[in-house]
Amino acid sequence: MTNVRPSTARRGRPGAVAALLVVPVVFLGWFFVWPVSAIIGTGLAPEGQIELGVLTRVLTEETVRSVAWFTLWQAIVSTVLTLAVGLPGAYVLSRLEFRGRRLLQVGVTVPFVLPTVVVGSAFLALLGPQSPVNTALGAILGEAAPTLDLRRTVTAILLAHVFFNYAVVVRTVGGLWSMLDPRLEDAARVLGASRWRAFREVSLPLLRPAIAASAAIVFLFTFTSFGVVLILGGPGRATIEVEIHRATTQLLDLPLASSLALLQMIAVVAALSVYGRLSRRAEIQQRLVSSSAVRHRPRTGGERWLLRGNLLLATVLVLAPIAVLIERSVVTASGYGLGNWSRLLSRQPTSVLAVPASEAVRNSLLFGVSATLVALVLGGLAATAATLGRGRVTGLLDRALMVPLGTSSVTVGFGFLIALDRPVDLRGSAFLVPLAQALIATPFVVRTLLPVLRSIDQRLREAAAVLGATPSRVWREVDLPIVGRALLVAAGFSFAIAVGEFGATVFVARANLPTMPVAIFRLLGRPGVANFGQAMAMSTLLAALTAAALLAIDRLRVGQVGRF
Amino acid sequence: MLEIAGVTLAYGDTVVVSDLTLQAADGEVLCVLGPSGCGKSTLLRGIAGLEPLQAGTVHLDGTTLSGLRPDERGVGLMFQEHALFPHRSVADNVAFGPRMRGSDPAEIDQRVRETLDLVGLTGTGDRKVDELSGGERQRVALARAIAPRPRLLMLDEPLGSLDRALQTRLLADLPEVFAELGTTVVYVTHDQDEALSLADRVAVMRAGRIVQQGGPSELWHGPSTPFVARFLGLEHLIEVEVHAATVSTPWRELDRSVVTDAGAGPGPGLAVLLADALRLASRSAPTLPHELTLTGEVMSRRFLGDHVRVRVHTADGRMLAVPVWRGAVPELGDEVELALDPGRIHLLAPDPDRSE
Repeated sequence: MTNVRPSTARRGRPGAVAALLVVPVVFLGWFFVWPVSAIIGTGLAPEGQIELGVLTRVLTEETVRSVAWFTLWQAIVSTVLTLAVGLPGAYVLSRLEFRGRRLLQVGVTVPFVLPTVVVGSAFLALLGPQSPVNTALGAILGEAAPTLDLRRTVTAILLAHVFFNYAVVVRTVGGLWSMLDPRLEDAARVLGASRWRAFREVSLPLLRPAIAASAAIVFLFTFTSFGVVLILGGPGRATIEVEIHRATTQLLDLPLASSLALLQMIAVVAALSVYGRLSRRAEIQQRLVSSSAVRHRPRTGGERWLLRGNLLLATVLVLAPIAVLIERSVVTASGYGLGNWSRLLSRQPTSVLAVPASEAVRNSLLFGVSATLVALVLGGLAATAATLGRGRVTGLLDRALMVPLGTSSVTVGFGFLIALDRPVDLRGSAFLVPLAQALIATPFVVRTLLPVLRSIDQRLREAAAVLGATPSRVWREVDLPIVGRALLVAAGFSFAIAVGEFGATVFVARANLPTMPVAIFRLLGRPGVANFGQAMAMSTLLAALTAAALLAIDRLRVGQVGRF
Repeated sequence: MLEIAGVTLAYGDTVVVSDLTLQAADGEVLCVLGPSGCGKSTLLRGIAGLEPLQAGTVHLDGTTLSGLRPDERGVGLMFQEHALFPHRSVADNVAFGPRMRGSDPAEIDQRVRETLDLVGLTGTGDRKVDELSGGERQRVALARAIAPRPRLLMLDEPLGSLDRALQTRLLADLPEVFAELGTTVVYVTHDQDEALSLADRVAVMRAGRIVQQGGPSELWHGPSTPFVARFLGLEHLIEVEVHAATVSTPWRELDRSVVTDAGAGPGPGLAVLLADALRLASRSAPTLPHELTLTGEVMSRRFLGDHVRVRVHTADGRMLAVPVWRGAVPELGDEVELALDPGRIHLLAPDPDRSE
């Protein structure tokens, strides 16, 4: 046996790290750096020469400015609303003990994994004139009842954003809150601080990093919101993402689309760097405690009301859109029936999709599984390299792998469309869809695997080595069993992301190979009860698929979906 | 004066402190001594108002505390493992209490400086809490608790997480701080040395109840139950038969007037060998007439610095430990004679509940 000093045992030779990185780097270069450069190139120099005309146009044109302004303000309002609703929820779920807490915890996470298209359809159903809300109003008020129709309004977009991102705040802030030593607030109380003052002076400053992180993520998600706005918005209510899509598919103005994408990238990078600086400054060393020691049954009247209010809110917020979605899926032109569902299985081509609806389901599953495999390989290699590598390499790698997370899916899809004709023309290829989906899922795989890999006690490996295990044997006997669960979680997560992916897929999916989200979008674009009902049925099926993946993850209890 | 009367505390259905009554006089240092989980920390939380009382009352200097919110009680509590505010400097931690009471900034500054001086942390005000050593954190936690000059100071295992050397140093400093403040102190610990050396009075707690209270020497020389005896570190409890006027020990029938007694009735009882009951007899210090002689073989020797603890297997099959303070320490396997002073035998009723 060779003589290995313990401190360097885990540090791989630079050669090994490089070998592990070949595939991820090539992939990232080809499918991310290259398309993004193409966008920048097309945006700045549409005819091959640098020409700032398009960029100036983007910055001066009234419609573009109003789109940018709308994108910004709806993101800010969505973020503030989500925090306002999510922070009390975070408190209830992290500090109070009550029956059904686990269920609620999983329940509020479901919206986060729902595909944006599904969220769009659900709110379309909930806020439309046929909604049970209106039925209920009619039953109570009779003839005088007004018919609420909030489709294509800002309210609809904001509501959907809160629904979608509630879990981010609850899980991120709640995650830290559930580990804050409750005696800190106790100490403040004994020293004479009122309940509110103790919260303001002790807990709030300590929670600030988590609040800032969740606000930044929600801002990022809502700023780059695509599917929800595409379905629920309307004229004058488009985000930059939606405008990129429109410029590409309707106006066929690629320079304009590139400039918009560029504008968006700059905004995202700026937001991320502000967030990075904030979170570094807010970092506080603190002793965290086990979360079970922190929870208590509601003690005061105020706490009981807070609990009830939040239970009601979470139930309405989470359940109402999903329930209405399911209800609408069984409404046909001739009343309740399973017509929409049976057509999902039929082999008859539908007029809207040009292929049988069942093929969209099949495509989604096939692409989803392929994308998951690609993402696991890429993410697994990168995460292993990041654990083996030394300080600077690791830090750089960490950040490089997170970049696609901050880039919107529309940018990825659009970049594929304008860049991947060279070196090999992949634009007509069916592989493009799983590749795009894998690119978007990989950062999540890394995020899931890396903490687990890093947390493995080096002494376990040393103990195995001392007992006679070769390096590869150590990996098989120690690392793999521990990482195994995390790999499953990463797989479930990737699958949920890939199956529900819309922003990139809508650019690269061929007309005759639609995925479920693409099919739902097309069905919603056509009038008629039958098309709408079928969109609802397919949305319900898609929601069930992603929710099942989430529930499987939750069982394994590795990592935390929606925590940043 | 602190008066705790009939206090019951519970977490859900689990009663942690039951019908507990306890008093501490003005300026007295009362140590509550008990094993972990006996409810002593919960008792402090109840006094501070952090846990609701299921029954009973707490009065301090004639005012009723029970029913007030924690921030209205004006008591000081030093938490186990400090619970320092990690986002504030040392000075800001100490200033927290005076600030909540609305003192003006100059006054707060003055108070912070005084308090840091008092606990031996002069000039550390600007430092961050996470830069401090364990011992310094302990002192900051103490400073924070006493800065508002509470009428009652409660400390929950304040030395728990420190290494032995630091414990000893702080243990030496604490009485000075207590004397300087002059407040009533309730000090909770599981360490009998700590309790006996700091306390004016010790209350031994077990499973939510006080089983014995008294001065340190009173407890040491007269534990009232086998639990207290064992908890104080007295390891030799020997089964005896108590009669009206005599006691049958395994070695000899003793007159009851010779031994001390905590109310053992006729029937089976336990004889505690108090701390200095046993010694090694030697040629220069032979067994005295009133003493009992036990013979046995040396099984082990433990070097403990200022003395050696020798374990002897006696002829009647017991293992007895005896300290040897000076002179020759017998070798392993040596036959030795032990002298047992009957005056240092303390009779107890057998413990009805041996599940400890």
